[in-house]
Amino acid sequence: MHATLNHYLVVSVLLFSLGLFGVLARRNLLVIYMGLELMLNAANLALVAFSRYNNNLNGQVMVFFTITVAAAEVSVGLALIVALYRKRQTAHVEDLTSLKL
Amino acid sequence: MPDFTDLLFYGFAGLALFFGFLCVANPLSRSPVTSAMFLVLTIVSLAGLFILLHAFFLAAIQVLVYAGAVMVLFLFVIMLLDLKEEERRRFRRFTVGVGVVAVGVIAGLLLQTVLKAVPYSPTSMVLAVGATRPLGIILFTQYLLPFELLSLLLLVAMVGVILLTKKELK
Repeated sequence: MHATLNHYLVVSVLLFSLGLFGVLARRNLLVIYMGLELMLNAANLALVAFSRYNNNLNGQVMVFFTITVAAAEVSVGLALIVALYRKRQTAHVEDLTSLKL
Repeated sequence: MPDFTDLLFYGFAGLALFFGFLCVANPLSRSPVTSAMFLVLTIVSLAGLFILLHAFFLAAIQVLVYAGAVMVLFLFVIMLLDLKEEERRRFRRFTVGVGVVAVGVIAGLLLQTVLKAVPYSPTSMVLAVGATRPLGIILFTQYLLPFELLSLLLLVAMVGVILLTKKELK
């Protein structure tokens, strides 16, 4: 069976679901972040597949921008996690409940 | 009869999903370092898929920026924070249940949408886009302003990171 656009989209959906599961089920901030990266990558795969099968480069430019923004986002997020760890000595979401009533 | 690129597609897709699963829900290890290493492998498999989609430049960027820079940053932070405690904690049944339900609903919706869509005929994929030259041309003409704004965004991120990781904020 030839690999069509739908095949790539199914892979993208499954990868996105894995990332979402990681975000929901894991309790470590860093692993939650990795789940976010997985979801971003799944969206990138869908964009590249659309770009290829519609013969249009705009999708690839979008992915280029997404990767750059993701790099900036990761650096800021990890800096926040480091600052949080300095303050609270934990990177575990169950220990961060000061906003809970 | 599937040809070689289709076999490569199934190989890379299977590897990406397998490594992605091990990244988020490794049954053998709770350590964030293991997750990070499997995320690197997932990203490299995705770069293989990008090459199959003729997005050569993006495949190179994917390996350089994601597998290189971003994951090194992740590993640095993991080493910086002492996270031995994480390995003792197990999955909680409630959170895993909620996660499975939410993921199942969203994945079901998306899959239903994708599978109901009319598949593209193979004749619509004859043209080769994704060589670096047309991408560069479109990036520096049509998308010049977003490109420059992106460099500004990187500068802002850099300043923010330096400010955030200072010992004490004044």
